[in-house]
Amino acid sequence: MLEGQVTIASIHERPRAGLLDFLTALGGWTASLTVAGAIGWILFDVFAQGLSNLDWRFLIEPVQRSGRAGGIGPLIVSTGLILLVCLAASVPIGLLSAILLAEFSAQGNRFVAWVRRALDVLAGVPSIVFGLFGNALFCIYLGMGFSILSGGLTLACMVLPLFIRSAEEGFRSVPGEYRLAGFALGMSRARLLFRIQLPEAAPGLAVGLILSVGRALAETAALIFTSGYVTRMPSSLADSGRSLSVHIYDLAMNVPGGGPNAYKTALVLVVLLVFINFVTTWIAKHGLHKRILSL
Amino acid sequence: MNTTWKDRLLLSALRLSAAISGVIIVLIAGLLVYESLPALRAVGLGFLTDSSWHPAAQAEEGAFNLLPMVAGTLALTLGAMLLAGPLGLLSAIFCQTYAPLWLAGLYRRVIELMAGVPSVVYGLWGLMVLAPIILKWQAPGVSLLAGILILALMVLPTMALLSDAALAKVPLEYKRGAMALGMSRARTLWCVSVPAARSGIITGFILATGRALGETMAVLMVTGNVVQYPSSLFDPIRALTSNIALEMAYAMNDHRSALFVSGLMLTLVVSILIGLAEFITKGRTHA
Repeated sequence: MLEGQVTIASIHERPRAGLLDFLTALGGWTASLTVAGAIGWILFDVFAQGLSNLDWRFLIEPVQRSGRAGGIGPLIVSTGLILLVCLAASVPIGLLSAILLAEFSAQGNRFVAWVRRALDVLAGVPSIVFGLFGNALFCIYLGMGFSILSGGLTLACMVLPLFIRSAEEGFRSVPGEYRLAGFALGMSRARLLFRIQLPEAAPGLAVGLILSVGRALAETAALIFTSGYVTRMPSSLADSGRSLSVHIYDLAMNVPGGGPNAYKTALVLVVLLVFINFVTTWIAKHGLHKRILSL
Repeated sequence: MNTTWKDRLLLSALRLSAAISGVIIVLIAGLLVYESLPALRAVGLGFLTDSSWHPAAQAEEGAFNLLPMVAGTLALTLGAMLLAGPLGLLSAIFCQTYAPLWLAGLYRRVIELMAGVPSVVYGLWGLMVLAPIILKWQAPGVSLLAGILILALMVLPTMALLSDAALAKVPLEYKRGAMALGMSRARTLWCVSVPAARSGIITGFILATGRALGETMAVLMVTGNVVQYPSSLFDPIRALTSNIALEMAYAMNDHRSALFVSGLMLTLVVSILIGLAEFITKGRTHA
């Protein structure tokens, strides 16, 4: 791809530049500068506001006066626990599903085609609908109430399509010769999978895992009515626990004077996500031949 | 192939997991319909004909007109896509054609980063920075316009990245052919590359529209949440998604069920859009 681009660029040095050329170039530059400027402004604002008077104790202190004072210690624990529940549920199921989709899907297999379509639709379901679903299924019908468990399981349903897609890419990037060589050596399918293909697909799995963590960390709407609002330190998975994203929303909208701490929390969240973004890109670049877009 | 009992066990485990993954969407759809039924029975056409949105736990005591919020959601989505569509396409064109290689790579990274910024952070910025700026111009600041601007930024990465990928897949021969015919760079782009990549570009547009329809938090934070038909860009409005997030906390019985009805509507529309995108991607390769 890189070579192709260089060639095109050099090919295009030549032509007569008319009005259309000028307008298109102008449009492209203007659009890109506008977009980059807007996101730059947002990030600058979060960093500038979040860094003012930021104290490391903010990360460990309990929430005081509805968040106007104190820190976000218990919320970091709650967010971590929600993530753990989410991954503990989504990774095993997602991994096995991805193996089926990548390795065992003969052309025209109706079951596989059906699962794939179901996952495509699942990936597009609005997050607030996941909130409704999680509230009805986990909180009420399964009797878990507003709890870290409900929130984590709701998020697991939400990140599953994303994880499966990346993991599938990982398995597809394993060269087909490995499978043939494995069979030629008389390996069983299971042995081939766990000894050869799984380790080879590891970078794809890592990308999927990190993308899922990023999506789960960023999510708010699905958590408000599943893991709830409580700001105390959770003592078990059955406790309600507020995530960082919900905290930002609550401080900005419902707590007069909550702005400064909303920005500090946003800073913590954005730094985590930017870090995750870089790790993902690094792994994808160094471990995967194919590019995985974080869509 | 040697099939042992281990292999058979493995295959069963794989099938079971895939079935669980596939069944979640069915569960969601089923639960949405089931929870919507009481309101659909009790209110029925009232969702379209009632005088206003004043929900109550008992259907007879409330009014359940969803149309102002449907209008709010549509106005937001339309406005956001009018901005994000051209901006996203131009961004992709910039990356593919006009930017130096290093800048194109950097800009792609910026857009991927945008896709990862949480919606509450967009909302926070919209509420703290954008809305006050609009307020200086026209009260009350939190408005349809603020929602459109934030939403456009949020769905732009979907549009830009998918268009970029589609343009990158246009065969080099097409561009060489166009060049051999003496077409300029922009003519090649608009008359050859963009038409050849149109299925990918349209798919990007449709998926971005789906995201705009379903976005909740940022919209909730910047649009003011007044239930009314928007008559100007500066009016505060309430979107369907915001309505669910705002009222779910205290909604009971028929009111709660009515919120599931709006969730069901959203899911249906988004699913249709995704089906459409899949149809376009599969139906057409390069023209």
